[in-house]
Amino acid sequence: MDEYILEINDISKEFLGVKALSNVNFKVKKGEIHCLVGENGAGKSTLMKVLSGVYPYGTYDGEILLEEMVQQYREINDSVNAGIGIIYQELSLFPDLTVYENIFVGNELKKRGIVDWNQTIDQATEILNKVKLKVIPETLVKELGVGKQQLVEIAKALSKDVNLLILDEPTAALNDNDSENLLELLKELKDQGISCILISHKLKEIISIADTVTVLRDGKTICTLDASSGEVSEAVIIKNMVGRDIKEIYPKRLDKKVDENVLELKGWSAYDPELGRRVVENVNLKVRKGEIIGIAGLLGAGRTELALSIFGNPRNYKLQGEMEFQGEVTVLNHTSKAITSGIAYVTEDRKNDGLFLLQDIKNNISIARLKELSKNGVLNVNEEVKTGEIYRTSLNIKASSLEQIVGKLSGGNQQKVSIGKWLNTMPKVLILDEPTRGIDVGAKFEIYSIMNELIKEGMSIIMISSELGEILGMSDRIYVMAKGTIKGELNAKEATEEAVMELATQ
Amino acid sequence: MNFFKEAKALVKTNIRDYGMYIALFVILLTFTSLTNGLFMSSRNISNLLDSAGYIAVLAVGMTLVIVIRHIDLSVGFLAGFLGAISAIFLTQLGLSVWITIPVILLFGIVIGIVNGVLVARVGIPAFVVTLAGMLIFRGALLQVTEKSGTIIIKNEQFNAIGNGFIPSILQINGLHLLTLLVGIAGILLYIYSEISQRRNKLSYGFEVPSIGIFSIKLVVISAIIGYITWILAGYNGLSWTVVIMIVIVIIYHFFTTKTIIGRHIYAVGSNPEAAHLSGINVQRITYIVFGSMGMLAALSGILFTSRLQSATTTAGTLFELDAIAAAYVGGVSSAGGVGKVTGAIIGAVVMASLSNGMNLLGIGISYQYMIRGGVLAVAVIFDVLTRKQRA
Repeated sequence: MDEYILEINDISKEFLGVKALSNVNFKVKKGEIHCLVGENGAGKSTLMKVLSGVYPYGTYDGEILLEEMVQQYREINDSVNAGIGIIYQELSLFPDLTVYENIFVGNELKKRGIVDWNQTIDQATEILNKVKLKVIPETLVKELGVGKQQLVEIAKALSKDVNLLILDEPTAALNDNDSENLLELLKELKDQGISCILISHKLKEIISIADTVTVLRDGKTICTLDASSGEVSEAVIIKNMVGRDIKEIYPKRLDKKVDENVLELKGWSAYDPELGRRVVENVNLKVRKGEIIGIAGLLGAGRTELALSIFGNPRNYKLQGEMEFQGEVTVLNHTSKAITSGIAYVTEDRKNDGLFLLQDIKNNISIARLKELSKNGVLNVNEEVKTGEIYRTSLNIKASSLEQIVGKLSGGNQQKVSIGKWLNTMPKVLILDEPTRGIDVGAKFEIYSIMNELIKEGMSIIMISSELGEILGMSDRIYVMAKGTIKGELNAKEATEEAVMELATQ
Repeated sequence: MNFFKEAKALVKTNIRDYGMYIALFVILLTFTSLTNGLFMSSRNISNLLDSAGYIAVLAVGMTLVIVIRHIDLSVGFLAGFLGAISAIFLTQLGLSVWITIPVILLFGIVIGIVNGVLVARVGIPAFVVTLAGMLIFRGALLQVTEKSGTIIIKNEQFNAIGNGFIPSILQINGLHLLTLLVGIAGILLYIYSEISQRRNKLSYGFEVPSIGIFSIKLVVISAIIGYITWILAGYNGLSWTVVIMIVIVIIYHFFTTKTIIGRHIYAVGSNPEAAHLSGINVQRITYIVFGSMGMLAALSGILFTSRLQSATTTAGTLFELDAIAAAYVGGVSSAGGVGKVTGAIIGAVVMASLSNGMNLLGIGISYQYMIRGGVLAVAVIFDVLTRKQRA
């Protein structure tokens, strides 16, 4: 019969009462390529962190069997020693070190306590041959392209005698050619007896390479599909990835049709000088008064970049194309101009670039609108408190007072402060980037209700979200982005999760 | 019962702010008892405050620089260099004080803004930019004093800044009348502003501390102002240095707490990325903060030069580190975004009191350095621990 290299039985993991994984079962056969798929937040990364020892034994329930032996990793090194190699989505190479140094970093070959560089280079060459990377080992990693860097990552994993290789979206940043090379390599490694777990959003590559596919959703194993018996197809995978009941989560709202453009982008492109490529490419988009536009897409599709390029371009992209705001061609070259014109942007990562965590609620809510709260540059703190109170009540921010430090609030309440800060600027277009990430269902519902309330008052909302349910449940129209461009526009009433996914994975 | 609960809650939430006042109080009490009251004598306190002046103004600027997560190492020798330039203006060029001082302050602002541009626009770490500045101004100071050596200043108006006192009008029982009047005016102004603030808050229907706590606060702070005034009046009265310190604190306190610029400075310090996305011009704020630092360095140079009545070749040595230490003792946070200018002044006074007190006790300089180092370390440890508790 089939032998399993890895068996994960009934794994559950909780974060502060939120179940990230519940009774996940997952088995990988020896010498197969096993693809793990699921929406963002389905629990894939958490599962891999359990497997690699990032979350040590005891912080989760269930058991892990590797080659039929129970594993109890206390730290990452334990899983490495057991023969599990993980390559994360974000490359973890040192750009200023050479290829051979990178391959053996943390695993240096020593002779009497001193690094044996000759042997290191010798072995590095051997491993590089194995992964078919034709570079001199002395090359600096930063001189290699992303595709080759990814191969160095694999070489690094192979240098530690892995039996099970886990790759988290290895092709996300690669072009088609590099992706194909990588997938070829995985097949060859499989022939050499190395099993492989591949996490990917690109369904086409999954179908071309997978022996088995497991679908996760909401922290549960939904199904395991066997490629040899012909169960794997795009339609089947998508159907299993999505398809939850969304009716109850999204509050109803009345249809109100106003045919008046607030914001329009024509041939809009943004070139990022730091990355040296275009992050937004030829986008045409319309936002009407009083509607919610959903922008769907996978991580790295260019959605946040699009939002930033509209919102005063704080990253200094080189912009092309035309933006019409309220019927006039507008150039916004600083966030302050975007704010005064009536655009607001609630960031995706509220802790790092949204809120002032050490300051109190009052200061956070007023910071983008101090001019209106002051006279000749001198603040009227009492007015400030008054407006702060208005948003604390209307957004139902749960805090003992406005003087409470924002860093101490729960995620949902922090998000409400973040929204309050931007509502305070009285925007005409409100951009919400992942508005419900990391907050519980109750707070989500509140935020959806607030959004409905706002558009009733004539505001327009651009909602960027990776959660399909939210996109379908809240939007009037949906734009699907991939690789920096808009792949299609869907009417929310006719759109299905399958249709959105199909465009997003193009 | 309720009263104590309220007081307890107030202390608990403000322990960070009160911490250094308590520390200062303990230090004053200790030295007073060890020196049999000599420490608290009018003459000594007057000397102590005058000797703290040139570090205190630097510490105010440094606090803001640290709040926006930068550092300025150049201010010591910048102060020394600009002090020497002012001496040259007064003696060799024969310019009047009224021209010299504004021009020197302007020089300071320009140099500070150059630092700010290099940091914020060109993107060089402040540590490196200002380290280079430190070397450059040290060289420049030596250059301008090379021929003449120490430049002696005979201008009485200028020397009064560091050594003179406000005129007395009349002595009553050996007390300096104008100083008393200024003190009383200060107390009245303080009480008036507190009451009008409270009334304003009430008119908005906001919560205010109970009348008991409020009056205790008024009485205590008025008593402190009164006591300091009384001590100073017992000697020569308010010195011009102290007047300058008070004016600087009031101006900076106003700007940092009551204006948009102040709010923006703290926003940039606590999260530069979020500040940028909130429409704040982070570069401009950096220029302003470094510009103000440069101006205060110039002022510090003027105070020091005037106090010595001469410009020396080594003026300004280690001022920057004393100012940084005072800022940290005064509660600025190394993580950015937290720190008050009033704290900076208290920090400078704490450090000056330590030196002064230990000198009175005849403690050797070697121990003095170690004790001051220890106090600095304790201040930062306290900061880190109270921050952990808050988070």
